[in-house]
Amino acid sequence: MKVAGVVIATAIAVALQTTLAQFVVRGAVAVDFVVVAVIYISLTSGPATGLMAGTFAGLVQDTLASGEVIGVGGLAMSIVGFLAGVVGTQFIVTQPLPRFVVFFGATVLYKTVYIGLYELLGLRDFGLPVAAVAGQALGNAIVGVVVFQVVELLPGAMERRRAMRGRLRR
Amino acid sequence: MPVLDIRQRTGYLFLAVMLGHVILISAQVNTRRGVPILQVVTFGLFAEVQRASSSMISTLRGGWTNYVSLRDVHAENETLKAQLAEAQVELQEQRALAERSRGLLATLGLRDRSNLKTLAADVIGAGATTDFKTVTIDRGTADGVRPDMAVMAPAGVVGRVVVPSARAAKVQLLVDRAAAAGVLIERSRSQGVAVGAGDEFLRMEYVSEIADVAVGDRVVTSGIDGIYPKGYIVGKVEAVEKNGNSYKQILVRPAVDFSSVEEVLVVLTPTPGREAEAGSQ
Repeated sequence: MKVAGVVIATAIAVALQTTLAQFVVRGAVAVDFVVVAVIYISLTSGPATGLMAGTFAGLVQDTLASGEVIGVGGLAMSIVGFLAGVVGTQFIVTQPLPRFVVFFGATVLYKTVYIGLYELLGLRDFGLPVAAVAGQALGNAIVGVVVFQVVELLPGAMERRRAMRGRLRR
Repeated sequence: MPVLDIRQRTGYLFLAVMLGHVILISAQVNTRRGVPILQVVTFGLFAEVQRASSSMISTLRGGWTNYVSLRDVHAENETLKAQLAEAQVELQEQRALAERSRGLLATLGLRDRSNLKTLAADVIGAGATTDFKTVTIDRGTADGVRPDMAVMAPAGVVGRVVVPSARAAKVQLLVDRAAAAGVLIERSRSQGVAVGAGDEFLRMEYVSEIADVAVGDRVVTSGIDGIYPKGYIVGKVEAVEKNGNSYKQILVRPAVDFSSVEEVLVVLTPTPGREAEAGSQ
């Protein structure tokens, strides 16, 4: 069941990244929905699930995006998924600010490992994309916090609406 | 932190996954010749997911634009757009032909290549990460698409095919950091290499400091790379700087808006470079 959830969440994130992002944001994408999905899964399900989600999502992203080597994104995302899961189990990450910090830090870590590996293997020169990494980390953090808030607040809001309708009928 | 303890099950799992990735990466880096088969197979698989989601979104968009909003006006607009695109491609071909004629190619006995055989394709997905500038198109090896085929849009050069699967292909955009094309300044015929800057611009490199280049000059393909046919528009010179060494620093604004490319043409006609390569094999 958990595996299916991970696969579905990753598929949705990849679809958002490759189709909706293209149409809606017209290419100026500062958010990596796949990274957001992996961190979310890791924070809510722990390190083992985070690791698996990171591996799967990273490999899918490698396959669809790079023209180079499959596994670099997978490795970077696995580390991020595992560590975000560890943070989720060892610390209380239930408020927007700690969540923002986790999303931001995890994105920076992902980009550092990803770019670092490519540079280390001499496969690609990324330069020093500090502004791009910071921009994406900020975008991911905002989207991540919003997703958490929506997922947590939506059932309560619907319940309240139902109760209000019931009272009005009486 | 017990979860970080390597004796725990999660720790072993983490190590195993890391090892698996390292082996996977090592295998590709050491034995890569052309396009790795693993990449072709997995890309082909996931391209189908992209195709399905793109088709779903296109259907929804089509439903809205064709049946909810002004149907006739939209249809007419689509026809006109297609005609304009065709005319622009024809114009580029004519321009390329004129340039070739002016260079006395006929007297050199070179073959006339104005009639390029192209294949229309739809973009079905963007890159899954922002670090690589790629798109997925809905044509693959079954339609005759091969690696290193040039991909064009009515406005100019888009990029080249890097990974074709049976029914889809991954196209590396010209603005990708690893992309490059042989180009020249149309007005002065100064040659150079256009390389992706990783953002929305291109850098034209290896242009001599004494070369005649001005802001606004049109940059076209030179054809020497063996991938892109000669004379097709790449972009316009945005800025020219002298950086002290023997080359100029030239920034080029691409003619194509890569963020909104939806239909492209794959050039099936082999360039002289590709023909020579095929002949030697």
